[in-house]
Formats: sequence, C-alpha cells, structure tokens
Amino acid sequence: MMTEYPRIVLPDIPDLHKIEVYKAHNGYQAAAKSLKMTPDEVINEVKASKLRGRGGACFPTGLKWSFMPKSTDKPKYLAVNGDESEPGSFKDRQIFEHNPHQLIEGILIAGYSMNLKAAYVYIRGEYHKWVKLFQDAVDEAYANGYVGEKMKSTFGTNFSMDIYVHKGAGAYICGEETSLMNSLEGDRGYPRFKPPFPAQVGLWQMPTTVNNVETIATIPPIMNMGGVEYAKIGAPGHPGTILFGVSGHVNKPGVYELPTGIPLKTLIYDICGGVPGNKKIKAVIPGGSSMPPLRGDEIEDVLMDEESLKKYGTHIGTAGVMVMDEDTDIVAVTLRIAHFYHHESCGQCTPCREGTGWMDKILKRLVAGEGSQKDVDLLLSICDNIEGNTICALGDAAAWPVRGFIQKFREEFEAKVKDTRVFVAPNVVHGKRLSHKDLVFKV
Amino acid sequence: MQIEFTTEELQEVQHHISKYPEKKAALMPVLWMAQKKWGWLSQDVMHYVGELLDLPASHVEGVATFYTMYFKKPMGKYHIQVCTNVSCMLLKGKELYDYTSNKLGLKHNERSEDGMFSLEEVECMGACGGAPMIAVNEDFYEYMNNQKVDEVLDNLK
Repeated sequence: MMTEYPRIVLPDIPDLHKIEVYKAHNGYQAAAKSLKMTPDEVINEVKASKLRGRGGACFPTGLKWSFMPKSTDKPKYLAVNGDESEPGSFKDRQIFEHNPHQLIEGILIAGYSMNLKAAYVYIRGEYHKWVKLFQDAVDEAYANGYVGEKMKSTFGTNFSMDIYVHKGAGAYICGEETSLMNSLEGDRGYPRFKPPFPAQVGLWQMPTTVNNVETIATIPPIMNMGGVEYAKIGAPGHPGTILFGVSGHVNKPGVYELPTGIPLKTLIYDICGGVPGNKKIKAVIPGGSSMPPLRGDEIEDVLMDEESLKKYGTHIGTAGVMVMDEDTDIVAVTLRIAHFYHHESCGQCTPCREGTGWMDKILKRLVAGEGSQKDVDLLLSICDNIEGNTICALGDAAAWPVRGFIQKFREEFEAKVKDTRVFVAPNVVHGKRLSHKDLVFKV
Repeated sequence: MQIEFTTEELQEVQHHISKYPEKKAALMPVLWMAQKKWGWLSQDVMHYVGELLDLPASHVEGVATFYTMYFKKPMGKYHIQVCTNVSCMLLKGKELYDYTSNKLGLKHNERSEDGMFSLEEVECMGACGGAPMIAVNEDFYEYMNNQKVDEVLDNLK
C-alpha cells in the first residue's frame, strides 16, 4: 500500500488554477491573516518554519528576508526566480500551471513582511505557455482586488504592491540571482560581484530579495498551519515538502511532492515504479546536473534532504533526480553535462569560459576513443582551476559533476583511454605552471 | 521593408515601459514583440528598438546576441527544437535529433529553402519528466519517438 504524503504546494484539487476554486479552498486567507500581523511577526513565523530555499542553495528563507533594510525610503523589490534551467529540473512550471494563486499569495506575504514596492517573476523564455498561464492568473488576481491598489480595501490595510511577469530568452546563467537582476534590468545576464549582496544593492541599485518560485509558493501554507507545525514535516534539519522532479531511467517519471528525508530508494522504486526492464542502477544525480552523482551501490541508505546528502558529498540542489541504469555510458553523460556548461558559460570569467571549453574538448576526445592516459587527471586539474575562481557559481556547477563522475567512476574513464596515445604538451611553459607535475608529457 | 510598430503595438511598448522604474528594462519584452512581428531580429529591427527605448544600438545588439532565443537570422515558419540534454539523452534524445535532422535534411540552426522548417539542438527545456521531448515553436511534445516525430512534422505541412 502506498503511504499518503502531505501535499501542500501542489494539492490534488482539480482546477485549482482558477481563482474561484482557489478561494473556495481557503485561498488568500493566509495573506489576509499575515497582513493583520506585524511584518516582523510574519518573518519570525517563516524563521520558525525553518524553510530553506528551494532553488538549490538551501539558504534559510526567514533569515534572508530579515537582511532587508527596514528603515529606508528606497523602493524595495522581490525577484521571484522561475528561470528553472537546471537540466533535470522541471518543478516550477507545475506551480505556474496548477497552483499559480498560491505563488501570488506567497508574493503578497513576502511583500508585506519586507514592505516591498513590487515583485518581478522571471520565467524562462522556453516556458511560453507557462508565462501566459501565470500572467493570466496575475491578471485575475488584479481583477479580483488581491494585487495592486485595490488590495488595500480587500485586505483593509495600507499596504499594496504590484506583480509583474518578465520572460527570459534562453540563458541558463539567468537563474543565478545577480545575473537574473541584470537580465531584468535589460542588460546581458552577467553575474555581479557579491558583496554587495542583493539585500543592500539589488534591482536598480535598490534592496532586493531573490527567492525561488517553490520557496514563495510554500509560504501561504506555512502561515496557515504555523511555522512550528511546518517544521515538523520531513527531515528536522531541512524540513517541509519538496517537489522532486524525477527523470531518466524510471518507469513513472514526473514531479512528486514529498517530505524531505524520504529514502531515495522509496522515491525511485515505490513512487516512480522502479527502473525499466528491472535493470540495476549505475548512477543517480540527486539534484540537477550540477550536483555530484551517487553511485548505484551507495544509494541503499540515502535520504533526500540537504543534511543527509552532504554526507555523500553531494547536495539536494533543485531536487531534479536523474536516474541512470546499468547500460548508461557515464563518460558520454559527463561529456553532455560538460558541453552544456560550456554552452551556457556567460564568458565573463576566464577560468569558466576557457575551462568549460577545455573540459568539453577533452571529454569529446575521450568519448571518441582518442584520449590519452593523462586526460583524466587533466580534467581534474581543470576542475581545481575553475572552482572558486569565478564570480558566480556556474564555474562550480561545471566542475562538480565532472569531478564527481571521475571520482566515482574513474575506471569507466580509463577504459576509454587509447593506450598508444601520447599527450604532447603544445606549450611547455604552460605545462610547467600546472600544479600536477606529471602533466608535462613525454614526447 | 518598413520597420515600424503599429499604434496598438506602440501602446504595448508603453505598457512594458510602465512596468519598470527604468526604460531600459523594457528591452527584453520589446525584443520579444519585435521577434514575433518580424520573425527575427535584423540589425535594422534592433536599431529601431534601440530608438524606441533611447538605447544605443550597441547595447541592443549586445543583449540580443547574448540570449539564444532571439533569432539573429531568419528561422523557419516552424522552428523545430530537439532536446539532447541528459534526461532526454538517457532516453535516446540524441538519436531522435539525428532522425529529425535527417528527415528535414537540416543541421543545427539551419533553415529549409522554402522557409518552412528550421532545426535547433536545444539545451534542457524543462520537460525532463516527458523525455525525450521536442518543441515546435512554442509548443512542447513529450514522450517522443521517431514515429511520433513523423506524425507531428507531417501534420505541419
């Protein structure tokens, strides 16, 4: 028998995207309740829920909100990150389609607690249909007096804010919060240096908070049930429910809302119906393509929350779980991931711009059977030289999976090597600068 | 070709400008409008958008060329996008791309001579649960195979 799990972000209610249906199921009551509290009380409730951001970094949401300056006349903004470009991640679009008003309500609560002027919801360009669906929901909310000037009389307060939808145009990097802000401002999506952090200097130089769509959509249920109650769901260190997007070699791929800390094997075998053909699992990426993989033989006791996954050297990320069966060519998968990051590197920082290209090329020759013995170590050396040396985390995101796959499946990489191939360093001076001495090759 | 928005479209441009504290931020939405109207962003179109928003042509071009979804050359009436990223690749997305490429006789970012089709090998579109997937213009088609690609493409003609 299947266990019943709580569903609070994507409840099983038909037509919930319509405002009448949403209202009939307690819709906008959390906002009404929150707007009668003081802003600090709202933030404290979110802190008590121990909610951690669902965009990948798992930063405590209440704490992030409390960083926003209080005594300032400057307009303050919220940017809601619906760029959702991480390969393996396809959860936010379910919220736009099935529960958009809960996201809008969450924005209002966030807006009130930080006294914001407006929120911009950044949705990736490929989601044409979902941009329209969400814009329709926003228009509906305006027409019903829940957003904008009219919300003052609806909720009986002095607070009002606006919500705007902004459509991206195909750039993975814009999921990075400072890049997203540049993109919103009409610039190329280049990440900005931090500090200053967005809470001080964000959109149009004003204090800004950036939250993931799922994070904001989780706020109304938290206000309804109370932070302490919410914190009891799932794993204590990373509580709540998460939208797991499961793809790859499983019988029933899809988005499933489940409590954190659920065993990975339950997720794959009970919820997603196991692996087609009853094949063995070779590898699982637990949180989108930038997270290091798990080996099939180490998933036995893995629990799906940030604190548990850390013990295995990986992270929950965006909870995009990619399952690979025993026949998967790991080196080819690594190449595909490396190629993606090469394509998506914005080109601002040299280690990432050049390094991702090198990794792409080296992996191409390994897959083609033209790699040398030294190539595997060269890849690791490049990872070391990218990670931590770039403005934003795309560099790390490119390095982690390559290093992770080599560390866990080194034998597969070495099996691809052509023994007779001798690496010739084209530039000896450059070769000597590398930390790995043995990278200077004999001719 | 006369490059100018109609009066209604100019009102829409004004609406986009009104959403942001600075005019420059309306650039992406207005580029989307321009691409919808003219099919792609020629240099003339980019310069026109720049004039509308008081932005230097270099800035408009810089932005338009940064984002892959703004077309810098004419694309087909039906722009076929096939995902080959990890989740799709695991379920034969690359083979599906090769099949589509052979069927259309087109390579990555090429357009057929009659202007009907163009093909793009795209990065993850966020439909991993329906892998392998393709998109035709703005519509997603999930759980694809060669036969289904035939059905979708043949119905477009």
